[in-house]
Amino acid sequence: MKLKLRIWRQKDANSKGKLVDYDVDVNSHMSFLEMLDELNEQLVEKGEEPVAFDHDCREGICGTCNLYINGRPHGPVRTTTCQLHMRHFNEGETIVIEPFRAKSFPIVKDLIIDRSSFDRIVQAGGYISVNTGSARDANETLIPKPIADEAFNSAACIACGACVAACKNASAMLFVGAQISKFALLPQGKAERKTRAEKMVAQMDAEGFGACSNIGACSAECPKEISMANIARMNREYFGAKLTSTNL
Amino acid sequence: MSWVAQTLNSTLGRKLVVALTGLFLCTFLIVHASGNTLLFRGDGGQAFNEYTKFMTHNPFIKTVSYLLYTSILVHVVYTAILTFYNQKARPVEYAYSKPSANSTWASRNMGFLGTILLIFIVIHMKTFWYEMHFGNVPIVSYEGQEYKDLYAVVKWAFSQWWYAVFYVISMVALSFHLVHGFRSGFQTLGANHPKYNPLLSKLSWAFGIIIPAVFASMPVVVFLQSL
Repeated sequence: MKLKLRIWRQKDANSKGKLVDYDVDVNSHMSFLEMLDELNEQLVEKGEEPVAFDHDCREGICGTCNLYINGRPHGPVRTTTCQLHMRHFNEGETIVIEPFRAKSFPIVKDLIIDRSSFDRIVQAGGYISVNTGSARDANETLIPKPIADEAFNSAACIACGACVAACKNASAMLFVGAQISKFALLPQGKAERKTRAEKMVAQMDAEGFGACSNIGACSAECPKEISMANIARMNREYFGAKLTSTNL
Repeated sequence: MSWVAQTLNSTLGRKLVVALTGLFLCTFLIVHASGNTLLFRGDGGQAFNEYTKFMTHNPFIKTVSYLLYTSILVHVVYTAILTFYNQKARPVEYAYSKPSANSTWASRNMGFLGTILLIFIVIHMKTFWYEMHFGNVPIVSYEGQEYKDLYAVVKWAFSQWWYAVFYVISMVALSFHLVHGFRSGFQTLGANHPKYNPLLSKLSWAFGIIIPAVFASMPVVVFLQSL
């Protein structure tokens, strides 16, 4: 299938970028990233600079690939960019490919962004403190199945950043909500519960993400279907922590 | 910074302030809309004028009204602050974006809708609130008691077609603002539960349609009666 690509090209963080047009002829069974690999092979053969884009596992679980395709994070299908296939596009279609845009996700080169702001939010409180030593008994801490499932749904977040990309305010609240939820729901997360909510929200603000206005675009575009209930839980955790924690 | 100031200056704290003031303004709308239906009594405005006298003289109502003015101001100021930082969070816009694929128009344009409502409130307050308090409203008397005839002011204002149209357009904006804002306020307060979400969703639609419809019917009916 013949396609017209309009791809954001930017030499480095400090350069001004622009959309550049490319024509490709690809197989409809290719994944989106394979299509870009094909384009890059052509570019290298012509002696041009290949398009830089992030990718790793290519099976939808690592959260590394992140492209804004035809006006939506990860493109027209609710999945990761690597799991998007060319059969979801039409012959002769123009596909606009941009990086996720947010002040807190600065562009490194072309389509690659720096998402270390997410790492710093996790470092601020996305952990539990445990004694190391020999492995503990599997059923030592009993957790009801519905709670375990709910925590798992929150933990399914792969930190790809689609929520921030889709949000008109570039808010990271779905991501932070999922991070706070997965610990708040489980007994292991109770020890640092209040401090975690306070510190992660504070770090989120320090990174310069916007504020949620409950439009729901984040959840609608999330490839792991993280629900807005995570944001509501974050709000409860944060306000509860602010009112009752001993952190002054 | 004290923990209270710290909380209120966080993004979540600012959202909380917007949600609380917004939901308080929603309760005001219920009172305002139901009270003003007295315009339809067909008694030449007696019940409406007696009601307005009560609303401008009762000490409890007066206290609540100051809370109301403050809420409007705080709601506007805090949403302006949030919007300022939200815009800074994405300094470079997408070349091509398709937001209609994942969110409703009203939810993305609360600032625009709110601005229309703010302009409406200023004009509305000038026409009725300012006239009632500081203007020359004619006096009527029922059973020996004197009342300001605000009913006459209402009839005069809504008999002008452009004024009635302006009100109806503003109420359409209010409707869109409420359908998203009502539900959104509860979400910010942390209310998101599988048992109550369908109810909240239906309530926000009902609230966002019924309240503005009741308000919009007033200029329409008064204008038609003036013909």
